[in-house]
Amino acid sequence: MCTTCGCDYHSNMDHEEMHKHGIAHEHHHETGYTRQKIEQDILSKNNLIAERNRGYFEAKNITCFNIVSSPGSGKTSFLEKTIELLNNKYTVFVIEGDQQTSNDTNRIKALNVPCLQINTENGCHLDANMIYESVKSLAPENNSILFIENVGNLVCPALFDLGEQKRIVLISVTEGDDKPLKYPYMFESADICIINKIDLLPYIDSKIERIKDNARIVNPDMLFFEISATKGSGMDKWIKLLDKLKSE
Amino acid sequence: MHELSIALSIVELAAKEAHKENAKEVKEIELEIGEMAGIDTEALLFSLRIAIKHSLLENAEIKLHLISPIAYCSKCRIEFVPQNRFEPCPFCHSYGIELRQGKELRLKSLLIE
Repeated sequence: MCTTCGCDYHSNMDHEEMHKHGIAHEHHHETGYTRQKIEQDILSKNNLIAERNRGYFEAKNITCFNIVSSPGSGKTSFLEKTIELLNNKYTVFVIEGDQQTSNDTNRIKALNVPCLQINTENGCHLDANMIYESVKSLAPENNSILFIENVGNLVCPALFDLGEQKRIVLISVTEGDDKPLKYPYMFESADICIINKIDLLPYIDSKIERIKDNARIVNPDMLFFEISATKGSGMDKWIKLLDKLKSE
Repeated sequence: MHELSIALSIVELAAKEAHKENAKEVKEIELEIGEMAGIDTEALLFSLRIAIKHSLLENAEIKLHLISPIAYCSKCRIEFVPQNRFEPCPFCHSYGIELRQGKELRLKSLLIE
């Protein structure tokens, strides 16, 4: 007779085996408590949805970027300039994340680009499920580019994969050249670093090489672009990268 | 303050697993958190105590094990204990070391009734 549940059926099956095969059984322990091993990543649910998003984008040949930065680094201006310079070469879709207001969405919609606003209210980051739900209603076309502008925050969004192809971290030259060292998790998780507001360099004590060196300490493989989103300088190289990614 | 969403994920995952086992109550929840996972453990514990309310985990004791970091330099092929996440290799001084341990965010086990 089975020593675990008292039946005859599983007489040759040990307890671990039953778990493996998903066979329902009782646990009998002297204390009345059972130690259940779980050994699961706490973010596994988010990561699973992110992979699902990634698969969806891949199947539809949608190039998806997750743009992160501190508040006020110029994410929306960077998007506006990118959309202007692409000049309808690719269909662009945007998801905007902010705690409150649809100000950024209004700016993107003014360029005739479909845009969906997520207001996280008390939340400090976007997660994969928010993107999953937003993509359902935004319905980005095949072969398009989807930009996700994350909540302005260099801490929390670092841990949450959204299913993007590339993560872009934006830093403006006014923020302090040691920012990559102060917020290393975000700079480590990004693929591309856009250094914005370079038109202000003559007025401030900032050195682009210093920013790059600091970023390379946390991420030796980082790809850099130096731009001014408002003046348009340096944007050509970034647009070339988009062309390259779209032609792959 | 992403610790609150992490806490909610923990409770969701733990409650799902406890339901699978037809648990009446979870007496203890055991977590493994890497010292370099980007988590403030005080904030996580604070958030967890709120997040477990009105769930199977309401009376659960929270056991949090901190996992100390181990880094690996692929050039020197040695492991060392880094003091911070982005420390260079103490031998060749190159950056871009691999963190082999210390980034864990894991629900290890549940003690269920």
